[in-house]
Amino acid sequence: MSVVDIESLSIHYLMRRGNIRAVDDVTLSVRKGETLGVVGESGCGKSTLGLALIRLIPYPGSVVGGRVLLDGTDLRSLPEKEMRQIRGKRIGFIFQDPMTSLNPVKKIGDHFIELIRTHEKRVDKAEALDRASRMLETLGILPERVNDYPHQFSGGMRQRVMIGLALALNPEFVIADEPTTSLDVIVEAQILELLKRLKEAFNITLMLITHNIGIIAQTADRVAVMYAGRLAELGPSLRLFADPLHPYTQALLSAVPNVAKPGRVLSWIPGAPPDLASPPPGCLYNPRCPHAFDRCPREVPRLVDVGEGRSVACFLHYKG
Amino acid sequence: MSLRSYVVARVLLTIPMILLLLTMVFLIIRVMPGDPADLHFEKRVDPETLAAFKQRLGLDKPLPIQYVDYVAGLLTGNLGSSMQDYSPIGQQIFSAFPATLELAIYSAAFAIIVGVLLGVRASRSYNSIPDHTIRIFGIVSYAIPVFFLGEVLIMIFGIYLGWFPTGLRFSPRMDAPQGLQLGGWRLATGLYTVDSLLEGNLTKFLESVRYLFLPVLALGTVLCGIFIRMTRSNMLETLRLDFVTSARARGLKERAVVYAYALRNAFLPILTMMGLQFAALLAGAVLTETTFSWPGLGRYLVARITFRDYTAIQGTVVFYGVIVALVSLIVDVLYAYLDPRIRF
Amino acid sequence: MAGGESRGRIVVQLFPRIASLRKRGLAGWTTLVGSVIVVTIIAMTLVAPWISPHDPSAIGVGKPPYPSPPSADFPLGTNHLGMDMLSRVFWGGSTMLQVAIISVIVCLVVGVPIALLASYAGGMLDKATSLVMDSIYAFPGLVLAIAIAAMLGPGVVNMALSIGVVYIPSYFRVVRSQVLSIKELPYVEAARTIGARSRSILFRYILPNVVPSVVVIATINFADAILTAAGLTFVGLGLSVGIPDWGWDLTWGRQYLTTGSWWIIAFPGLMIVLLALGFTLLGEGLSELLNPRLEE
Repeated sequence: MSVVDIESLSIHYLMRRGNIRAVDDVTLSVRKGETLGVVGESGCGKSTLGLALIRLIPYPGSVVGGRVLLDGTDLRSLPEKEMRQIRGKRIGFIFQDPMTSLNPVKKIGDHFIELIRTHEKRVDKAEALDRASRMLETLGILPERVNDYPHQFSGGMRQRVMIGLALALNPEFVIADEPTTSLDVIVEAQILELLKRLKEAFNITLMLITHNIGIIAQTADRVAVMYAGRLAELGPSLRLFADPLHPYTQALLSAVPNVAKPGRVLSWIPGAPPDLASPPPGCLYNPRCPHAFDRCPREVPRLVDVGEGRSVACFLHYKG
Repeated sequence: MSLRSYVVARVLLTIPMILLLLTMVFLIIRVMPGDPADLHFEKRVDPETLAAFKQRLGLDKPLPIQYVDYVAGLLTGNLGSSMQDYSPIGQQIFSAFPATLELAIYSAAFAIIVGVLLGVRASRSYNSIPDHTIRIFGIVSYAIPVFFLGEVLIMIFGIYLGWFPTGLRFSPRMDAPQGLQLGGWRLATGLYTVDSLLEGNLTKFLESVRYLFLPVLALGTVLCGIFIRMTRSNMLETLRLDFVTSARARGLKERAVVYAYALRNAFLPILTMMGLQFAALLAGAVLTETTFSWPGLGRYLVARITFRDYTAIQGTVVFYGVIVALVSLIVDVLYAYLDPRIRF
Repeated sequence: MAGGESRGRIVVQLFPRIASLRKRGLAGWTTLVGSVIVVTIIAMTLVAPWISPHDPSAIGVGKPPYPSPPSADFPLGTNHLGMDMLSRVFWGGSTMLQVAIISVIVCLVVGVPIALLASYAGGMLDKATSLVMDSIYAFPGLVLAIAIAAMLGPGVVNMALSIGVVYIPSYFRVVRSQVLSIKELPYVEAARTIGARSRSILFRYILPNVVPSVVVIATINFADAILTAAGLTFVGLGLSVGIPDWGWDLTWGRQYLTTGSWWIIAFPGLMIVLLALGFTLLGEGLSELLNPRLEE
């Protein structure tokens, strides 16, 4: 039972020097109650994908094809007014940088009050304030701090506030875009712990976007690996990490240092990601792939079901 | 640096600036290129009358003494005597100034409000037709001489449509607003819009607005361009910031996002710009007053030129200088109060 | 032929420039449009003696009553003295342009050297000149120009001087801020340590970097100079009555608005707007080309 269905979504940035294909024909579903990790290196299109789901792609980007369904409703065709009602209420979004994501001149409590009263107009200020205080408590912040300003909080606490804002109205679906990237490791662990706790408590459906494979391994049920705007591989996280199928996934995992094997030489992926304004024909990973063969530069590999709930976009795994 | 020491330093800086201006004006009037008394009469008068004239106005004394008298006089508020009828210039200036002040205040308000609203509108639809139209309007409006715009407005709205008067400040058929009478005292600002309200007379208020409308429209339009540009560019920067996107992601209304979040950051630069534009406002007022026969300081100055009343010109120009210096001081202090970083 | 060849070479050099302006996007277009407007108006003023159907100061050329509205004989009508407005439009920019050019020259010749010297030398000289310049800069320009023009009397040069004095501080500030930022750069310091004389530093290091900003401020200043010149004429200063000038038409034409004779002010006024707009666009475009803002 899926909460969000993404069908053949393509997003281009229309620049003077050409169309940048940030996201190319991505099809993906997020099932109720699961945590879907979307992982890939910088520039692979994962953040754009996240913003596209709530229709906040910055200029000059635009969706050029495909559909996004929230519980069966086509989000692309909705008038802006209705989309606005969905944002914050049915879909929550957690941003990467808590320093810049909160309004410096507004108290923390006011952020919540504004959010609540925008979506639930009948609620009066006192009740909204009360809910805000209780939310802070759930987040592990002293409720009195509802009258403080963002700059009076530490980075980790601000991120808790962001999470709280995203979850305050109990949304069906939450997108977290690099939620811990700007935090130090210890705080990161605390935040992940909080997310886990809240997820279980409220049965949240979460899409977690990050370049950090470690986090994905800890928290995701299923993983989608993106490369150069396309999906490379998709599957349950344990199986995917134990036995990666796509050459890119393999290379990615072997580039991660392993404490258990200190002597191993770190490998890296030679070459560079393709120019998304004029991508080469065929498989985009082909120029860097150690297993490439003649079919690879000629055709674009489609995402193919290989059983056990896994799919790969690689000719190595095509049957026939 | 604390606010107090900044204010003190700033005031101390204003004094040499004003002194410099006084000296400059003095030199311009007294020194180049000939004697002001001679120029006034253009040699059409006999030497005895000329000598008496000079003596009465103190123009026969040696230059350094004239300078000292001049500065000393200014410190006591004496701006000299008119060449035309020996009447005190200060009095004439003070009776003409409120009209200019009223025009200036409303024109500035118009320029800022319209400029900011248009700037915000332009920034919200970046690179679209409304954006380009507004930007073009901003540039073109500055290139129009204010007196030409005034004349066009008079033509269309005053003469052709007859909606507004074509000149002057108030209807000749009514008494000018007098302000509030309290026993033997009268409280009046010299601003007809305010005074008519103090008097409680709505008809006079509406009448004063009718007369203000076209001049304010002319002067305000010419000045709003800079505010449009500034607001637009500030907003474009601010709207790109993360907290705006995150506000949108929470489903907040676009209007709330734009005005509450982004505009608050644009406020301080607007204040500074207004301070800088004040001089342009006064300069534009001179032309606007001439176009609309508005009885302010600008029209007074222009009239004095026709009469070759050089002492009056000197006094008026000095007055302008002092006003600008004071306004600039106030704006700087206000800014320092609002933004502690400036006081380094 | 030698003449044709050199002309050809100029044309050949001009076209790639224009083509490259096109490539520069909006800034290039603005500069192009601005230049076209300015060049056209200047050209019009220069050939005025040959293309004007009448002497612009000749009274009573048409059929009374004056002022007469636009007609086949007089496409822009005649003013209250029966002067042909079309001829006045052709001729009327000349004085304004002369005043503007001379005032810009005055600013360049006086303002730039003072700025270079004072800001490079630093210390008391810099502080004192800055104080003087700031005082003038803060002052309402037109009022100061009025004061000076009133004393100097009518004439193109006098008007140009009045306007020049008012705008010198703008040039001063632009040059000074450039000099201050360049002065402290490592390569200038390096030049000083190897014993280069101040004069050569000024000329070889600082001046070339200052030129683009000066070009921009001069162009924008042109527009301001034109508007101020028009303003001075409007209040009755600066020019003797006999010379055809757009500003004069706007002054005279005021009284005839009540009788509905709109053409006396409309066409000269539009010309002033166009000219000022042309220079403004040119200045804005150049500013963007020479010092691009990182807007995108």
